[in-house]
Amino acid sequence: MSATWQPKPARPAPTHVVGVWGWMRQNLFATPGDVLLTIIAALALYYTIDVVFHWAIIDASFSGTDRTACLKEVQGACWPFIEAKFGQFIYGRYPEAERWRVDLVYLIGFVGLVPLLVPQIGWKRANVIFMLGPFPIFAFLMLTGGAFGLVAVETTDWGGLLVTLVVAITGIVASLPLGILLALGRRSEMSIVRSLCIGFIEIFRGVPLITVLFMASVMLPLFLPDGVNFDKLMRCLIGVALFSSAYMAEVIRGGLQAIPKGQYEAAAALGLGYWRVTGLVVLPQALKMTIPGIVNTFIGLFKDTTLVLIVGLFDLLGIVQFHFTDASWATPETHITGYVFAAFVFWVFCFAMSRYSIFMENRLSTDRD
Amino acid sequence: MKKLAEIFAASAALTLLTLLPVRAAEDTLQVVQQRGYVKCGVSQGLPGFSNPDDKGNWNGIDVDLCRAVAAAVFGTDEKVKFTPLSAKERFTALQSGEVDLLARNTTWSMHRDTALGVDFTGVNYYDGQGFMVRAELGITSTKELDGASLCTNLGTTTELNAADYFRTHNMQYEMVAFEKADEAVSAYNTGRCDAYTTDQSALYAQRLKLTDPKAHVVLPQIISKEPLGPVVRQGDNQWGDIVRWSHNAMLNAEELGVTSSNVETMKSSTNPSIKRLLGLDGSFGANMGISNDWAYHIIRTVGNYAETFERNVGKDTPLGIARGVNALWKDGGLQYAPPIR
Repeated sequence: MSATWQPKPARPAPTHVVGVWGWMRQNLFATPGDVLLTIIAALALYYTIDVVFHWAIIDASFSGTDRTACLKEVQGACWPFIEAKFGQFIYGRYPEAERWRVDLVYLIGFVGLVPLLVPQIGWKRANVIFMLGPFPIFAFLMLTGGAFGLVAVETTDWGGLLVTLVVAITGIVASLPLGILLALGRRSEMSIVRSLCIGFIEIFRGVPLITVLFMASVMLPLFLPDGVNFDKLMRCLIGVALFSSAYMAEVIRGGLQAIPKGQYEAAAALGLGYWRVTGLVVLPQALKMTIPGIVNTFIGLFKDTTLVLIVGLFDLLGIVQFHFTDASWATPETHITGYVFAAFVFWVFCFAMSRYSIFMENRLSTDRD
Repeated sequence: MKKLAEIFAASAALTLLTLLPVRAAEDTLQVVQQRGYVKCGVSQGLPGFSNPDDKGNWNGIDVDLCRAVAAAVFGTDEKVKFTPLSAKERFTALQSGEVDLLARNTTWSMHRDTALGVDFTGVNYYDGQGFMVRAELGITSTKELDGASLCTNLGTTTELNAADYFRTHNMQYEMVAFEKADEAVSAYNTGRCDAYTTDQSALYAQRLKLTDPKAHVVLPQIISKEPLGPVVRQGDNQWGDIVRWSHNAMLNAEELGVTSSNVETMKSSTNPSIKRLLGLDGSFGANMGISNDWAYHIIRTVGNYAETFERNVGKDTPLGIARGVNALWKDGGLQYAPPIR
C-alpha cells in the first residue's frame, strides 16, 4: 500500500499581515513617512468632519416656519428654510395644483430611461424610439399645457430643478447627434460642408456661453419680425444645444482621428459605402473611445445651465438665490444652507452621470489586457 | 372645397393678426384691458420691495403698487403678472412693451426722466444712502464717522457719494470696496471695517444676515437722495395718470383713515373727501377711463399706504424700518399726495 503524498495544511498568514491591524500596518504605518502622512490625514479628516457634523446636524435647526427658528446663539445649518422652500426649488412658480404634471413627466421619463441604461433589458430600439419621439412631445404638451383641457403654464413660471433638467436634458440629447454630424462634416472631403462645419464649431467654441445666451435672448428678437416673440426658455434651449454641440463635435473628432487608417481601408475594401463605413466600423469605435470626453461635456453642460439666470430664467441655483431675498428667512446661515443644498443636488446628478460612464466604459471595453 | 379654402384663409389671417406688431406705446390702458392683466416689471428679488414668499407669490411695496394698479383697472388685484428684470434690462423692457409699468426700486433722476423716453409718476419710497455701524461704538450721527473705514460695493454711485460726503465735511475715511454686496457684508461682519454703507433700505435687509443683528445700528442720516418710484412709457399720459393716482389714492386713504378693514363702513361716511375717494361723488375714475370706484378697489384689496408699508418693511417685519421720511407730510414725512377733487 503506497502512501500518497499529503501536503500539510497551509499555515495561517502571519498575524502581522492579517486582520484590521495587519491591514493598517501594511497600508497606513508601513514606513515612518507613512505614519506621518496618516496622522496628518487623520487630523485633517477629523477637523473637517467635526466642523461639517456640527454645522449640518448638532448646531442645525430642523423645524420652524420662519427666520426665528435659525437664530440660535451657535447656529448651524438652517434646514427649515430648505423645507419651506422645497416646492419652489423643485418646481419654481409652477402652479401648485398643476405640479402633478411635472411629476408625471419625471415618472415616465424615469420609467423610460432606466431600461435604456440597464444593458440586460431588451427592447432597446423601441425604447429609444419612444424616448426620442413620443416622449418629448408628451413632455412638452404636459408641461406647457393649453391643450387637452390642461391649464396653460407659461415657461416664465417654470423654475428650479425643472428648468435645470429641461435645459440640461435638451442640451445633452440634442448635442450628441448634432456633434457627431459636425465632427463628420469637419472631416468631410466636400469643401463647402467642411468649411461650414469648421465655421460653426469655431464660432460657437470661441464665444462664452453667456454671450451665446445673451445673443439668443437679446439679439435674436431683433432679427425676427416685429411682434413675433419666441419663448425665452426656447431661445435658451436652442442656444445651449448649439453651444454644446460645438464642444461635442470636437470631442468626437478626437475619437475619429484615433481610428487607424487601416480600419477605413479595410471597411472600404469590403465594398461598404461612406455611411456604412462610418456607422458600422468607425463610429462605434470612436464613440466608445470618447465616452469619458462625452460625459465630461455632459457634466459641464449640466452645470453650465446655471448661466440661464442671467437672461431671467430661474434655474435651481437661481431660484435658491432668489429666495435669499425673502426677509422672513434672512439669517446669517440662510444663504450658506441654500448654497450647500444647491451644490448637493448638482453633485448627485453629476456623480450619477460619472459613475454610469465608468460602468459603460468597463462594459464596452474590448481591451485584451 | 370652397369651405376648406375659407377656413384656410381665415386661419392664415388669424395667424397674421397674432404676428402683427403690438403697438404698446399709444394706448396702454386699452391694451391692458384687452389682454386682461397688467404686466409689471419688478426686481429680481429685493427684500421688502419685491421678493418671493414660501409659495412663490410676490410680496413687497413695489409689488403692492402693481397690485393697486391692477385693482384700479380691473377691480381685483389678482389680474397682474410680474416680470423680474435686471437693472440693465429694465428700461428696455418698459420701452419695448414687455411690461406696462416698472415698479422696480428705480431712482428718479433727471437723466432717466428726460433722456430715456420714460416718465416717473411719483415716489413710493424715499430712500437714500446710509451707514450701518456697531452699536457698541456709540455713534449716533454720520458726522462722527471721521477716520472710519467703510465697506461698500465696487463701482457704484454709493462709493462716489461717500467720497463726496466725506470730502465736503472735511473728514478722513478709508474705502474698502468689494465686487458683491454679500462680500462687503461679510467683511463688515468680521470687523474688517467700521461701517457698511449702501442704500438705507438695503442696510436693514443686510443687517439680518449679520451674526448678531441687534449689535448694529443704522444711522438715521442719509447722504444722498434716492427717490424710488414707478415708471411708465413717455407719451401715454392717461396710463401715467392711472399709475400716479393709484399711489396717490393709497396716500389719501391713509390720510383720511380709510383702511382695507374699514373701507366698507367708510362707504357710508359723510366726509366729502372720503366720498370722492371711494367714488361715491364725482367722476374721477371715468376721467381716467376706468370705473369710478377704482380707489375703493385699491383700498379693499391692497390697503392704504401705511398698511402696505407696515406689511412689507415696517416695524413688525424682520426688516423693521421706521416710517421716517416716508411718513405722511402731516406726520413730518415727505409723502404728500395732491387731493382728489
